[in-house]
Amino acid sequence: MSPLTRDRYLHYVLKFFACVSILSLFFIIFFLVTESWAIIESTPASKYILDDAWHPTDGEFFLLPMIVGSLFVMIGAMLLSIPVGIFTAVLWQFYAPAWFSSILERIVEVLSGIPSVVYGFWGIMIIVPLLAKFQAPGTSLLAGIIVLTLIVLPTITLVANSVFQQVNKLHIQNAIALGLSRFTIIRHIIFPQAKRGLLTGVILQAGRAIGETLAVLMVCGNVVQIPGSVFEPVRTLTSNIALEMAYAMDIHRSALFLSGLVLMLVVFMLILMTERMKFTSDNSL
Amino acid sequence: MIRLPTNHSFPDRLLKLFSWFCGLLLLFFFIYLFLDIARQGLSQITFNFLTTDPMNAGRAGGIAPMLVSTLLLLTLCLLVSLPIGIASAIYLAEYTDETQWFARIIQTNLNVLASVPSIVMGLFGYAFFVVALGLGFSILAGALTLACMVLPLLIRNIEDSLRNIPDEYRINATALGLSRYRTIFQILLPMAARGILLAVILSIGRAMAETAALLYTSGYVSRMPESILDSGRSLSVHIFDLSMNVPGGEQNAYASAFTLIVLLLMINITTLSLSRKIQKGAFSEH
Repeated sequence: MSPLTRDRYLHYVLKFFACVSILSLFFIIFFLVTESWAIIESTPASKYILDDAWHPTDGEFFLLPMIVGSLFVMIGAMLLSIPVGIFTAVLWQFYAPAWFSSILERIVEVLSGIPSVVYGFWGIMIIVPLLAKFQAPGTSLLAGIIVLTLIVLPTITLVANSVFQQVNKLHIQNAIALGLSRFTIIRHIIFPQAKRGLLTGVILQAGRAIGETLAVLMVCGNVVQIPGSVFEPVRTLTSNIALEMAYAMDIHRSALFLSGLVLMLVVFMLILMTERMKFTSDNSL
Repeated sequence: MIRLPTNHSFPDRLLKLFSWFCGLLLLFFFIYLFLDIARQGLSQITFNFLTTDPMNAGRAGGIAPMLVSTLLLLTLCLLVSLPIGIASAIYLAEYTDETQWFARIIQTNLNVLASVPSIVMGLFGYAFFVVALGLGFSILAGALTLACMVLPLLIRNIEDSLRNIPDEYRINATALGLSRYRTIFQILLPMAARGILLAVILSIGRAMAETAALLYTSGYVSRMPESILDSGRSLSVHIFDLSMNVPGGEQNAYASAFTLIVLLLMINITTLSLSRKIQKGAFSEH
């Protein structure tokens, strides 16, 4: 084989392998759709929010409590982790002495790699009993929010930190030369430039938070209900899949695949939002 | 780190106070978590714990089968994903740039694939590998599911390390009349070797932390797996099972969690020292 033909074949072979990732995403969507087709076909969408209960074997598909549960846990965790993560990054970049920042860096990097199941386990051992002292049973929406916050916090801090690092150094130097105060520089030079990067990072973490399964399952109590307070147990869409897949048959299984499909679509839309932000508004700075 | 001029206006002090509060809160929680797991886990870890089978549903005995299953899962996962990952990364880095629509599609596709929730990946693995391909609950099915999960991470990191090689090398290789094939396999890939290793280590960390995708693909049989078509329980699934389904399994769950964290820490330290070396300019002396 001459070098030229070999080069041409190499191009095709590499291109083929690059298509494998497209193929696998295609397969994921294909299987989710085919497996949930039985319920999409037979059940009107209104049943998911209007039925009385979640008894999939009896044809009652009240998915609303799980949807609400997923949203509450995710929103709660984001509300806690966004400020803590961003301000920790502010400390790391602008306020802490260098030795403290390097310790913080190591710890946060290690933390972002710890499996969520470990956080879930620690939640069961420490957080749930702690909450149970205030209000039984302890396994609750709040426990889920706390554990999920711990899971996404390290990554949010890392993202915020790297966004702050990418702020144009020249702008900062000019601002220092102009005699602007530290607070003014952070508030009016750094934050406006970091805004879009922070938003992208937060959206991606929201996607991760809503997809988190076992840690949330371990501490949330998993009662199918719309919670009246943060101390009541909830069940999320993801936990519902993990709990019931073991014995689900026919239309019940189909309903679980449908909730997987819905999750997938939510994450897909979040990604598209960040992609659009990347490609459209690069000139707004 | 950016050093800003110090001043002591009221909003500045407030921001300083609040950011210290948040940072220390984060440290407090995580030091608490670490100490708790280390204190409860360390005392359980013996040579016996690592080398014997679990007894009494995991309340007693060790974690040997889980370590073997985890190792098998990781090995198979990398055997499948690494060739695909390297080939895709070469294609993206050497044949495309951001302006081409096809490259953009692959990039967006990778972003989506990277954030498929792990339980959804598990559903897919169950429907495709376990049922449609007839692999059953097996280590192979779990490893293939994991391969889909780590593929984006692998491709991204290898692509980055290829793109970081200065263009002079490609230009010089072309000027010397080397074919593209030889440029890639004899110059670029060896230069990116460290970056590839880094990508592999990151992927191992990611795969080892995974639980939800494995529940319904590799299953949770706690016997020692006899072949890759046997069901096998990974270390992370073991922690989940002990803490949820086995009353009285807490001590062994602590010990397993500690083992898993130590393994991940070792990976993390290797990754850090590698990436420092890469940053120091691996290409400057050649």
